[in-house]
Amino acid sequence: MSNYHAFEPEINALICGFFVLSAFGMVVIRQIGACLTVFIVQSLLLAASAFVLGAEPLSWHLIAVGCVTLLSKPILIPYVLRRLVPREIYTVREISQALDVPTSLLVALGLALIGFALGTRLVGAAPLLAKQNVIVGFASLLIGALVLAVRREAVPQMLGILAMENAAFLAGIAIAPDFPLIAELAIAFDVPLLAFIVSILTRAVYRRVGSTAVGELAALREHPQ
Amino acid sequence: MILFVAVLLPVIGAAWCALPRSHAAAPYVNAAAVSTSFLLTLWIAAHTAATGHVVAIAGWVSVDAFAAILMLGIAAVACSASIYSIGYIGHLHAPPRRVRAYYANLALFIVSMLAISVCVEPGLVWIAVELTTLLSVLLVSFVDTREALEAAWKYMVITLLGATVAVLGVLVLFWSQHVAGGTSFTYAGLAADAHRMNPILVAAAFALLLIGFGAKIGLFPMHTWLPDAHSQAPAPVCAMLSGVETSAILYVLLRLMPLFRAIPSVHASTWFAIFGTASLVAAALLIVQTHDLKRLFAFSTVEHMGVIVLGASIGTLSGNLAVVWQILVHGLTKSLCFYAAGAVALVAGTTEFAKVRGLQRHAPLVGTILLVGSLAIAGAPPFAVFLSELAIALAAISVGQVWLAAVLLAFVGIAFAGTIAKVAGMMLGRENEGLHVHPAPGVVRGVLVACAIPVLILGLWIPAGLGNLFTQAAAQVTLP
Repeated sequence: MSNYHAFEPEINALICGFFVLSAFGMVVIRQIGACLTVFIVQSLLLAASAFVLGAEPLSWHLIAVGCVTLLSKPILIPYVLRRLVPREIYTVREISQALDVPTSLLVALGLALIGFALGTRLVGAAPLLAKQNVIVGFASLLIGALVLAVRREAVPQMLGILAMENAAFLAGIAIAPDFPLIAELAIAFDVPLLAFIVSILTRAVYRRVGSTAVGELAALREHPQ
Repeated sequence: MILFVAVLLPVIGAAWCALPRSHAAAPYVNAAAVSTSFLLTLWIAAHTAATGHVVAIAGWVSVDAFAAILMLGIAAVACSASIYSIGYIGHLHAPPRRVRAYYANLALFIVSMLAISVCVEPGLVWIAVELTTLLSVLLVSFVDTREALEAAWKYMVITLLGATVAVLGVLVLFWSQHVAGGTSFTYAGLAADAHRMNPILVAAAFALLLIGFGAKIGLFPMHTWLPDAHSQAPAPVCAMLSGVETSAILYVLLRLMPLFRAIPSVHASTWFAIFGTASLVAAALLIVQTHDLKRLFAFSTVEHMGVIVLGASIGTLSGNLAVVWQILVHGLTKSLCFYAAGAVALVAGTTEFAKVRGLQRHAPLVGTILLVGSLAIAGAPPFAVFLSELAIALAAISVGQVWLAAVLLAFVGIAFAGTIAKVAGMMLGRENEGLHVHPAPGVVRGVLVACAIPVLILGLWIPAGLGNLFTQAAAQVTLP
């Protein structure tokens, strides 16, 4: 176990690095099905970080959080989405993003830098592992918000919200490992409910509008008399 | 035990809807369950006024004076919305499956809102807040038009984004208390540990919670979803969303204010004053140019949330007393306004100002209640909203913040003029030739009259027990 203690920060840093990469991936990948795959990978990385942090010193609490994350995000959410959202949507290649890919990538880089700066200011004298997760969590949270802003399709927008949740919990498992388990369990099961509600709404939009390009819906606005 | 029963009783209505062929009785089962929950809430409020609190699980689920006021407001509006739905949803002739889905959703939405008032652990509170969004999205899209779906999507995306930011705020709050050696992660525990907590972490938590929950409250500039969602949803849902959902989320921020205010470097009062003023000013200007009655009342909600946040920035006992008072009376008055707007939609087929004229002549009851509700929500004397807004202005003057009182009175005045001018045109203007007027269902008319009574009375008389609750509640969010 002493060897593990030495490698723990390196393993966690690697996970955090891939985590932030997956956040960038969700900004630039246009195929909706591929976007879902990236989200699954990101959720696996979140669970992996919980296992790494919970292994030494041993924390059953964090290991339980990792297991719940593993069950709810990479398994339940794709299952709900595949069951409820029309199959043809996954083959759609989004072509009408609010920003083109190079510009989105540049903005994402800027947001990542802001997130790193904010996270660094907060962590201060926190342990190294907490620092890694908080800094990457803040950066990925802002990149997730960008996904919401630039994507016009329903499923990528929803994945943007879920990616933001992943980012918040990546920071959370490091800074609040003793957060009451009942709350974390409820949060983990709240996420599949979110996927369920969003899928029903996406289906309704598809049925009524003929596509799931929710960014194109713009009938509601103020008309001065 | 009684807290759990009061909060979970509406689940009976939802469970009933799961049964096959239950749509005919669903409105009545739901109304009965929610009404019983309201009666239990009255008992809880009376007991809290006498003893100070009702505890179910210490540190997790309990009710004190402020929570009792919120719970009372939520249960009262939920009760009237459930009864109003019998007439309103019945009149829409929706397919049985959608009717069952509506009542199941409404019941669970009510449970999630009541949960906000009884939970005292911020993690649980956050879950309840998130559930209010998830359980109301499909209510907003109930009419299944392109516009309703757009409104529901916008509502969901912006408020869930806010909730995600807020959960990080809750986690940072937990972290800062944990680092300081605190153990009781509750509103009271956090306030008690305030002096030991790291100011930078508390400031970060405050910023995340203000932005995150601010999106759900409808504070400017995160308010863009609110006029759409609160105008496209069916009228009883609008009453719930505008009347009590927004203030229930604001309640969470107010409960944390003793913590934030105890650390001067957080500048919580300054940020509250900025967001409150911006929301009030933006809403007043939007009210003047809106074209639709339901959108007008939705903007009025942004205005009132701004007024409450502005009032909370003062921080004195008298200011907080007015804030707590405004939360309850805004809920009761705004729900009446949306019931009246829903009745206008049923009677005239639209709520656009340009299309509805001469309402008073053809539907005098609906027209009269609409006028009463509009005067009350706009802040005309002797209604309760007038008293609370005046009390907030006086509280600001008493601490030397004359500019704040001036801004408040000026923009409340603009919103008042805009509201009354538009509603008066709808009621008294020359009637449109193409307007076909239908009678409002009896249940709808009954709810309109019943809901107008407390709006009329509370401006003139406050029951002693309620007054006692208000005094206790104001003290709970004021620094000693």
